[in-house]
Amino acid sequence: MKKKKYATVPSKRSGQEVPEGIVMKCPKCKKIMYVKELKKHLYVCQSCGYHYPLGAFDRAAMIFDEDTFEEFDKDMISENPLQFPNYMNKLDKDRKKTGLNEAVLTGKGKIEGFSAAVAIMDKGFRMGSMGSVVGEKITRVIEYADRQHIPVIIFSASGGARMQEGMLSLMQMAKTSAALKVFGEHGGLYISVMTHPTTGGVSASFASLGDYNFAEPGALIGFAGRRIIEQTIGEELPKDFQTAEFLLEHGQLDQVIPRSKLKHVLANVLSIHAEGSAAGGSGTGI
Amino acid sequence: MGPELEFEKPIREIKDKIAELKRFMDEKDIDLSGEVGKLEERLVALEKETYGKLSPWERVQIAREFTRPTTLDYIPLLFKDFLECHGDRLFGDDAAVVAGIAKFHGRPVTIIGEQRGRDTKENIRRNFGMPHPEGYRKALRMMKQANKFHRPIITFIDTKGAFPGKAAEERGQSEAIARNLYEMSGLGVPVISVVIGEGASGGALAIGVGNQILMLENSWYSVISPEGAAALLWKDAGQAEKAAETMKITGLDLKKLGIIDKLIPEVLGGAHHDPKKQSELIDTALSAALTELDKMNSAELQQQRRLKYRKIGDFDTIENQTQD
Ligand SMILES: [Zn+2]
Repeated sequence: MKKKKYATVPSKRSGQEVPEGIVMKCPKCKKIMYVKELKKHLYVCQSCGYHYPLGAFDRAAMIFDEDTFEEFDKDMISENPLQFPNYMNKLDKDRKKTGLNEAVLTGKGKIEGFSAAVAIMDKGFRMGSMGSVVGEKITRVIEYADRQHIPVIIFSASGGARMQEGMLSLMQMAKTSAALKVFGEHGGLYISVMTHPTTGGVSASFASLGDYNFAEPGALIGFAGRRIIEQTIGEELPKDFQTAEFLLEHGQLDQVIPRSKLKHVLANVLSIHAEGSAAGGSGTGI
Repeated sequence: MGPELEFEKPIREIKDKIAELKRFMDEKDIDLSGEVGKLEERLVALEKETYGKLSPWERVQIAREFTRPTTLDYIPLLFKDFLECHGDRLFGDDAAVVAGIAKFHGRPVTIIGEQRGRDTKENIRRNFGMPHPEGYRKALRMMKQANKFHRPIITFIDTKGAFPGKAAEERGQSEAIARNLYEMSGLGVPVISVVIGEGASGGALAIGVGNQILMLENSWYSVISPEGAAALLWKDAGQAEKAAETMKITGLDLKKLGIIDKLIPEVLGGAHHDPKKQSELIDTALSAALTELDKMNSAELQQQRRLKYRKIGDFDTIENQTQD
């Protein structure tokens, strides 16, 4: 994982006086903080607990033991199945912006010594939307975990389906879910970590299918968009609607886990499974 | 035959003229059969022309025709001894999804279909055919039952999408849809899905992970409604007509893309012109699909369905692309 890293936190707010990259203004409590300091705290605001969205490479660096991450299918890129006007240009721009070729980074690595396959979505690339490449890379990493008998962890961050790929994107929901079904039948362990935002077709497929469903504090998680719901039912929704905490309260999550504890909680789950089932989490080499 | 659509106006005009001439003939006892004959010829030609080259947007309008047959209209025409089964055993009964058992040419099957209302009152009761989580969970309950008793499953897709509501989110709309995709992929019985009207997003797919996907000629199936796509892509829901073309949502387009397996022809002007005849066309397609799937055992059915979805996707690697 010696690829390009984020130079700055990709969060731009209008009216921001300070130059980006040196200091950041928390979008929640407006407190200004040094990026260096923020980075040390895994991009969590020390004043209010706001979790900044993380780029995929930053996430990998945060979760895996040093120098254990190995990327898969790095060069896979989208085609334009519907010949959608301007689609390829948009992909190009996001490639340059994020240093990723698509909205998901996949690979394997070690978490406190435990091997795991991983998919990490990045909302900076086309809002983390799922098209053919995202669906394929996630399916492949699940299949890899299945063959290697190691657990798979998916960090979701997505606005939903990739509109420009039409039905091909919708069908990635079925493709990824079917791959998880096979993996599950073989006793594979799948941990889903929903980060901000996890919505639409991603929320309604692999993200909701974990043996353990976790989420980061404050993450937006839901199927339909807030505005559409408000229009449909003609009433304003509660402020915490579709947050991780709201989902926990409604029985949809196992736990909401602060970023500072996430790696350790994942390692704990991996270790408990490593004791029990052979397929569920071998703690030894890949 | 229901209210005419904009593009059907010229057809209506000729029909009116023919009726007028016939009335005139009767009243005045004048022979105008020559002219009537000419008009009737023109009518046939015009109908053939109009319905022979429908644009995607025109098909969307036919799919939304209020009198278009729904799941409950087809069930008595296609099946015998239908017994509806209610409830998800967890929360409630969702009237936007109809499920039950019946016989298809003497053979037991499980039927699941999305169901809008045929009048305003029923539409409200059935939430305009937009399911809540309990609808998907009822569907899943019935699919598992079908699997247990080795019965083929036939699903009818007809929805504007899963319901975007507060309660739906609270009860886990995402999980309900996801769970269906997961479980459907592993069923050991034939699953045939037929898109009979509208098919939008995860709400449609949640009962659509079939061994074969069939589509009526004038139905549509899409990741999002044309209006939703236009609003998202161009910030203008008014561009739905353009979205209907660009998003490739008709049966013809989806057959070309390899997403669906078979296109079921419709009676002239659309299914609502003759539901009985239309059900015969569906019957033929269903029988053919079942005959094909009957050749496979349980493991093969599972495998075929998994591979079908495994193959969907269009991608490349950078090395294969010429860089500019
Ligand atoms: Zn803050």
